[in-house]
Amino acid sequence: MATLQFREALRAAMTEEMERDDDIFLIGEEVAEYDGAYKVSKGMLDQFGSRRVIDSPISELGFAGLGIGAAMNGLRPIVEFMTFNFSFVAFDQVINNAPNMQYMSGGQFTVPIVFRGPNGAAGQLGATHSNSTEALYSTFPGLKVVAPSIPDDGKGLLKTAIRDDDPVVFLESELMYGMKDEVSDAEDYTIPIGSARVAREGDDVTIVAHSKSYHIAMDAADELEERGYEAEVIDPRTIKPLDIETIVESVVKTNRLVVIDESNPFASVASEVTHQVQDRAFDYLDAPILRVTAPDTPAPYAPNLMDAYMPGVDETVDKCLQVLYAK
Amino acid sequence: MATPIEMPKLSDTMEEGVLSAWLMDEGDQVSAGDILAQVETDKATMDLEAFDEGVLLKKVIDEGDSVPIGQLIAVIGEEGEDISDLLGGEDGDDSAAADAEAATDEAEEEAEDTPDTTEPSADTEEVVEEPSGDGQLRERTPEPVPAGTDAEGRRIKASPLARRIAQEHDVDLARVDGSGPEGRIVRRDVEARIEEGEPAPPPEREERAPEPAPQPTAEAPTYELPDDEAPYASEDISQMRKTIARRLAQSKYSAPHFYLTVDIDVEDAVALREDLNELAEEQGRAKISFNDLITKSCALALKDHPYVNAAYLPDEGEIRKYNRVHMGIAVAIDEGLITPVVRDADRKGLTEIARETRELAERARSRDLEPEEFEGATFTTSNLGMFGIEEFTAIINPPNSAILAIGEIRDTPVVEDGEVVPGKRMKVTLSCDHRVVDGATGAQFLDSVRSYLEEPMNLLL
Repeated sequence: MATLQFREALRAAMTEEMERDDDIFLIGEEVAEYDGAYKVSKGMLDQFGSRRVIDSPISELGFAGLGIGAAMNGLRPIVEFMTFNFSFVAFDQVINNAPNMQYMSGGQFTVPIVFRGPNGAAGQLGATHSNSTEALYSTFPGLKVVAPSIPDDGKGLLKTAIRDDDPVVFLESELMYGMKDEVSDAEDYTIPIGSARVAREGDDVTIVAHSKSYHIAMDAADELEERGYEAEVIDPRTIKPLDIETIVESVVKTNRLVVIDESNPFASVASEVTHQVQDRAFDYLDAPILRVTAPDTPAPYAPNLMDAYMPGVDETVDKCLQVLYAK
Repeated sequence: MATPIEMPKLSDTMEEGVLSAWLMDEGDQVSAGDILAQVETDKATMDLEAFDEGVLLKKVIDEGDSVPIGQLIAVIGEEGEDISDLLGGEDGDDSAAADAEAATDEAEEEAEDTPDTTEPSADTEEVVEEPSGDGQLRERTPEPVPAGTDAEGRRIKASPLARRIAQEHDVDLARVDGSGPEGRIVRRDVEARIEEGEPAPPPEREERAPEPAPQPTAEAPTYELPDDEAPYASEDISQMRKTIARRLAQSKYSAPHFYLTVDIDVEDAVALREDLNELAEEQGRAKISFNDLITKSCALALKDHPYVNAAYLPDEGEIRKYNRVHMGIAVAIDEGLITPVVRDADRKGLTEIARETRELAERARSRDLEPEEFEGATFTTSNLGMFGIEEFTAIINPPNSAILAIGEIRDTPVVEDGEVVPGKRMKVTLSCDHRVVDGATGAQFLDSVRSYLEEPMNLLL
């Protein structure tokens, strides 16, 4: 085990994979000379050279399409979006070509590509730079969507994503890049896509949360413990395919569910989890499933409004007490 | 390739049919044109004809089963052919069938659709191999337990879990207080009740316990009636009765009826009929009934009053005035009534009307009419005179715009030239659909009918 920042864990994943497989390359804005806008790719240009660590022009549609073409021709590109807010200008490539190519070509082509970069709100960035894209990308068949919450998962899942023969959208977070935690340095350390992690066990209420929200869930669980309730916290880690089995198993035990999702609420990951759980565990529910999400508005800029906008620990504790009929 | 045989639409108003008899057995060789079975519709019993060659592989429904139009009733194909797909698929489509067999098939099919039950703690490797999110659910929780109602019949609010626990422990939710929002019963409420122990059932329940009493007690009177004193007898509603109910209710609810009655002097018409029938007997022609005279009178009058020979068709946005006159004549039969149609009655002679009416009525009674023989009337008459009914009002036979109700011919004193003399009179009542026929229109038509009957020589022209 080594203690690494999230960005270092991600870099370790890319570096190890690129050392292992010469077909892998990294392309994106500022990934090479500048070491990455958030320093995720620091030092990689020096190690792998400009053939494999490539600065792209400011042209997401172009370099996303270039990556897909490369993938169809046998390479394994990692395409970094400076943030996923900019992936919207590459939308056609990401949602149409990448996931549909294998299907449309009758299996003649696969598209082993990773689109990665920070996702979601990150403080005072304003509405256009605070979008959460996990629900959006999860709606398109053919894309896998991964959103880790801790450095160790970041490393293990990114290595798996790079090895995967399908396109993977890998969602990181600006606010978590500096987060330090234990990361496995085991050789060939991978975590399977599609498996959730039960981060904390408890019998009274289940909290499902991914990415940054996971940390809110853990803090809320601490606070609930002080009040005498044991929350079970599940990080799905992969949004799609979703490990609904693990979530349902937990709800069957606790009979209550709160889902935290910093996205806007309509048709969100929280909506989907809620639907699947009521579908499969209806007779185990003792209370309606509640969600903690951003409101259905654009993200504000002012810091006080931003605090109110984002899901928080107090709101999560409050919703948990509601489903516990303790309020 | 197996061919499904479905319940055909055998009349305009048919919605379902009863398979009254199978005429072939499973395994029989079938040629196009063979009669497979007889089907009772709302109007008649008709033959179900095969249009394909092959072997009757399967009779899907039994004699006496009633199924909606389009439902699979048999399969024709090659000997030994696998028709399970056909049977499964067809059954799945069926929703209205009361057929218990179909319902069972459906349930089985549903059960098969449910993914194989696996241990809930399936290992994560498998999840990775075969992503199971997004609707591809491997295991489903038990069937939902329905919510009960309280003593006042209000729905009891209880969480799904509370309902399930209550059912498992035989707890009556009506006697559990809910502590959740708006009195919702939640897990802890049911568990508290289980801990307390369910109170003994109220005494009146114990008294009703069906234990045989060891000794006769004075105060336990039974109110069970012997079968032959049962308060009512029950019979299934026949197809014909359903049709009568539906069509006449539709008519009475949607067509605003009003009624015009006229008392007609039929002395001359009665005399003319006697003369004509004497001739008919001599010459071996069909006898003419008085009703035939009325049929002819109405048919001729309708030519002059197009709104009475019309239909109000709101869906098409039109009033359809028919150029031809097809007279529907209500005939009482054992199961109900039916109105065979004498086509172009205005152009037919009395003898032809008489012969045709008699033949249609006979075949109606033996339920042997073809659909084209009871469909397409533009006007209808109903005669209860033979039962001594002086006058009555009839419900319009949709989509007609009027119906004539015919009473008996009475010997009655009438005033003629200031003196009371014996007379022969008959009352007829026209029911009019006011959407098409106004009061004056109806009255003018009735006046024409009366003229023909009071000066019956005009009927012979």
